Amino acid sequence: MSESKRPLPQPTPETKHFWEGTQAGEIRLQKCDDCAKVYFPPRPFCPGCASRNVTIFKASGKAKLHSYVIHHRPAPGFTPPYAIAVVELEEGPRLMTNIVGCPQTPEALPLDMELVPHFEKMNDEITLPLFQPAKG
Amino acid sequence: MLKQNEIAVVGAAETTRLGVIPDMSNIMLHADCAINAMRDAGLKPSDIDGIACAGESPTNMAHYLGLTPKWVDGTAVGGCSFMIHVRHAAAAISAGLCTTVLITHGESGKSQIGLNRAPAGRSSLMGQFEMPYGVYGPPSMFTIPVMRYLKETGTTIEQVANVASIQREWSAQNPRAMMKDKASIDDVLNSRMIAWPFRLFMCCLVTDGGGALILTSAERAKDMPQKPVYIMGTGESVETPMISQMADFTRSRAFRVAGPEAFKAAGIKHADVDHLMIYDAFAHLPIYGLEDLGFVGRGEAGAFIMERNTAPGGKLPMNTNGGGLSYTHTGMYGMFALQESVRQMRGTAPAQVPGAKISVCHGVGGMFAASGTIVFTNEA
Ligand SMILES: [Zn+2]
Repeated sequence: MSESKRPLPQPTPETKHFWEGTQAGEIRLQKCDDCAKVYFPPRPFCPGCASRNVTIFKASGKAKLHSYVIHHRPAPGFTPPYAIAVVELEEGPRLMTNIVGCPQTPEALPLDMELVPHFEKMNDEITLPLFQPAKG
Repeated sequence: MLKQNEIAVVGAAETTRLGVIPDMSNIMLHADCAINAMRDAGLKPSDIDGIACAGESPTNMAHYLGLTPKWVDGTAVGGCSFMIHVRHAAAAISAGLCTTVLITHGESGKSQIGLNRAPAGRSSLMGQFEMPYGVYGPPSMFTIPVMRYLKETGTTIEQVANVASIQREWSAQNPRAMMKDKASIDDVLNSRMIAWPFRLFMCCLVTDGGGALILTSAERAKDMPQKPVYIMGTGESVETPMISQMADFTRSRAFRVAGPEAFKAAGIKHADVDHLMIYDAFAHLPIYGLEDLGFVGRGEAGAFIMERNTAPGGKLPMNTNGGGLSYTHTGMYGMFALQESVRQMRGTAPAQVPGAKISVCHGVGGMFAASGTIVFTNEA
């Protein structure tokens, strides 16, 4: 997978902690201090109850493969075929990612397979949270 | 709630040509069908006092067409924007904000001439949390929930492919359809791989074209040239712009708000529906739609379609123009679903459902982000 040309995120004040987290090898989620909702993507208030009392915390990193496609057309920075996946974190939230460290085939990508993060440094500012099979 | 059958569609037309139109820009496609719709309704630009559109701004269209609107709606939530425009327009006319609304869609989706569309920025939520992972257009995104749906419901990929196969039976009857050749389930499953498990024939076409509607009060419709098609009930909703963040990958929350709202407003039961359009940007959408709108139970839609219930001769004819999979799909197909519902209610569809009195037209926008549902009838 050629990584150089993929479109990279541009953090905002509300998401900065997430991208600092991936640089530190952590997936940082947020939890509401009032209703206990854990949520993603980042924002400085709870999407469950609109409380501003929220705490950033480090997720365990444990995840399961929720759904995916294997894209067969070229996209900037990617060599097809490659899987575009959504994983469900142990804490509940889901995020889009790529699965690395295994063949990009249906056989190698059973739903609900256990995954762990693989932090891929793209440049000095951005490290992407990719995932790989837990035993891989 | 909007009163049933108080507002009617009195003008409806598509662009003169459909498919590949490299000699027209995006805004001209809007204008081409708008002119056709005004002619269909026997109206002049000076008769139009409300404008709604997506893909071009209402300002652009009012200026280009020479309109002086006193009501505008630029709701742009993807391909179902036009269902939502119909809903908003009906409410506006009912409230006396205007009398006659023109709704336009035009898109140079294939030829890409004069498009007014900005991609999501790198700092948007999609830019930060989806675009870095190789998503590249709807075929790589709208399809992502499907593996989950198949696993949880036991639906097979053959049943999904069959949606495309059945719709070719409808498009074969439609001279304006882009893809008219029959396609078996095997043909669909042997077409080019796009985003596993989705093959080419399970993905919508990419075309140029447009469509326009004109709405006014049922009272005024009596004196107009076309058989009125009444707005019986409507619904709308949005969920999330990010496919990765939809609450349940096996159901659309937006469908489950918009659909029941429209049925409730119309005061109808599922058995009352004679004709159905479910926006099929991809082959799984009619399956989600049939379940989320309550036509069948959870996980039953694949088998329901396989049993030919939605096919020609079936009890619930669906996507009778051939759909986004085989008729046309400019990028925001919802307008074409509405056009087919209106044709069916007028009795002028190429694959006319005999005696159809109630048509449900259900739209999706932006990767399950939005939804709009309209119930039409030809009986006041
Ligand atoms: Zn909360």
